[in-house]
Amino acid sequence: MQALYAQLLVGLINGSFYALLSLGLAVIFGMLNIINFAHGALYMMGAFCAYFLLNLGGINYWWALLLAPIIVGIFGMILERTMLQWLTGLDHLYGLLLTFGIALIVQGVFQNYFGSSGLPYAIPDQLRGGMNLGFMFLPVYRGWVVIFSLVVCLATWFLIEKTRLGAYLRAATENPTLVRAFGINVPRMITLTYGLGVGLAALAGVLSAPINQVRPLMGADLIIVVFAVVVIGGMGSIMGSIITGFALGVIEGLTKYFYPEASNTVVFVLMVLVLLVKPTGLTGRAA
Amino acid sequence: MTALTDDTLPVTARAMRDEMILFVVMALLLASVPFTGVYPFFVMQALCFALLACAFNLLIGYGGLLSFGHAMFMGTAGYCSGHALKVWGLPPELGILVGIAAAFGLSLITGYISIRRQGIYFSMITLALSQLLYFIYLQAPFTHGEDGIQGIPQGHMFGIFDLSKPTVLYYVVLVGFLAGFLLIYRIINSPFGEVLKSIRENEPRAISLGYRTDQYKFLAFVLSGTLAGFAGALKVFVAQNASLTDVHWSMSGEVVLMTLVGGLGTIFGPVVGAFVIIAMQQYLAGFGQWVTVIQGSIFVICVLTFRRGIIGEIAHYFRRSL
Repeated sequence: MQALYAQLLVGLINGSFYALLSLGLAVIFGMLNIINFAHGALYMMGAFCAYFLLNLGGINYWWALLLAPIIVGIFGMILERTMLQWLTGLDHLYGLLLTFGIALIVQGVFQNYFGSSGLPYAIPDQLRGGMNLGFMFLPVYRGWVVIFSLVVCLATWFLIEKTRLGAYLRAATENPTLVRAFGINVPRMITLTYGLGVGLAALAGVLSAPINQVRPLMGADLIIVVFAVVVIGGMGSIMGSIITGFALGVIEGLTKYFYPEASNTVVFVLMVLVLLVKPTGLTGRAA
Repeated sequence: MTALTDDTLPVTARAMRDEMILFVVMALLLASVPFTGVYPFFVMQALCFALLACAFNLLIGYGGLLSFGHAMFMGTAGYCSGHALKVWGLPPELGILVGIAAAFGLSLITGYISIRRQGIYFSMITLALSQLLYFIYLQAPFTHGEDGIQGIPQGHMFGIFDLSKPTVLYYVVLVGFLAGFLLIYRIINSPFGEVLKSIRENEPRAISLGYRTDQYKFLAFVLSGTLAGFAGALKVFVAQNASLTDVHWSMSGEVVLMTLVGGLGTIFGPVVGAFVIIAMQQYLAGFGQWVTVIQGSIFVICVLTFRRGIIGEIAHYFRRSL
């Protein structure tokens, strides 16, 4: 039973990464009409950013949690200003190809300097150790990751669905021309949205650094799983992305316990099943 | 949505004549390679990738569907051909047929699944499916996991052509490539190809004209996947191995890059693109991961400034369709 709970916890942690990443993909897709293939590379940059802050600047985990998303977010906004914005009006496919190229560049540069092996990142002192919950032993850091991700996801949902800024954002997604006519600077909103999505990816990177080690290719395979998550959940709804992300993480964790051979493939198999039964994805909007 | 390619030029008899002349020139150039002292292994490898890129181009350039998992057809055909040749001891021609049949079967299944969604979702689904297959091949016993199938025998084709001789192998691969290329050319210029192009340009209108667009896209997917499998089966004889790299997503990315560099939706573009990218890898092999960085930069440059690709730019300059 212990092992089952442990795998469930691993599933929840992976689920929080899926949720944070697919949330960012959905936000970016809504505004820019681009599937951000560089999302995995930017997630990796978040983890490396935390690593550099600690080892070069002596800046601890808590500040990294704030600074890394901002730094990588700014990097993302520069990408958007210098490259992505020129794709407006072109076929969707070019956005995918361009961001794939960016991902190759970023991952290649990091691989050159850091190889393919992992760099350690220590768990901060305050979150070391574990708690005995009676039915299982819960490492504090892992519990923290799940709860903190959930809070960030819900805060993002609140920001987009319930605030005035979010209302502008949703309006600009529906009809950018009309929103511009109201005097709102839509291009700047697009840049900020990309920064927000990228920041979420970087945040997931910082959270994962103490668990998964910091590797140049840590995001490369993850992003493909997240794509499958996005296909299952659809990108129409923010809450849909969050729930699908966590749910698929848990299902993956359960598979690791009951049938470990399929743990790598279960998300893809579920994607196939969802496509066969309900081709529009679970949240139901046609692309 | 703007069109992927610039083919406002009408397909006239003159265009057909240009293309046939260029095809003959290309065939003669390639046929003379063994007499020039160019390393034949390099050209054979490039030919296999050129055929793969042409098959991929059939789907994106004429159907508007960007498959990000085309390596799965090449890899699957490679594994099945390799297994048939090495373990079952089949002759080369049957080994190739096994590979093609495997890719055909795979494209029926993956096509049925992925055609259900459009545009960007289609790309993500094909990528996810190829990753699924990658993990299956990683664990399946007949693929030998990380080692791959090594030392695949080349044998005698039809009992007479000794494929272990480089020159004989070269011409067999060349004939295979040219046959595949002509088949794709024929498909593009058939009524089926015309319908496919109309779907790419305006799917709702094609539907309103009574075409069942899903069936056309499915058939294009199966044709493309099967031809990609043919390329993979030929590659087995050149490389004499079948490994996980051939199914990996980075290989699918390379195919996309080749086609993009050469020119999406051009007939000769994928061939040129394949030779450019393979040559680049050959010369830059000593630079390690910088090759990845360079490939990424080419993607970025092509998308931002050079969307027509090499052949597309030339065709645009001369106002011809190539």
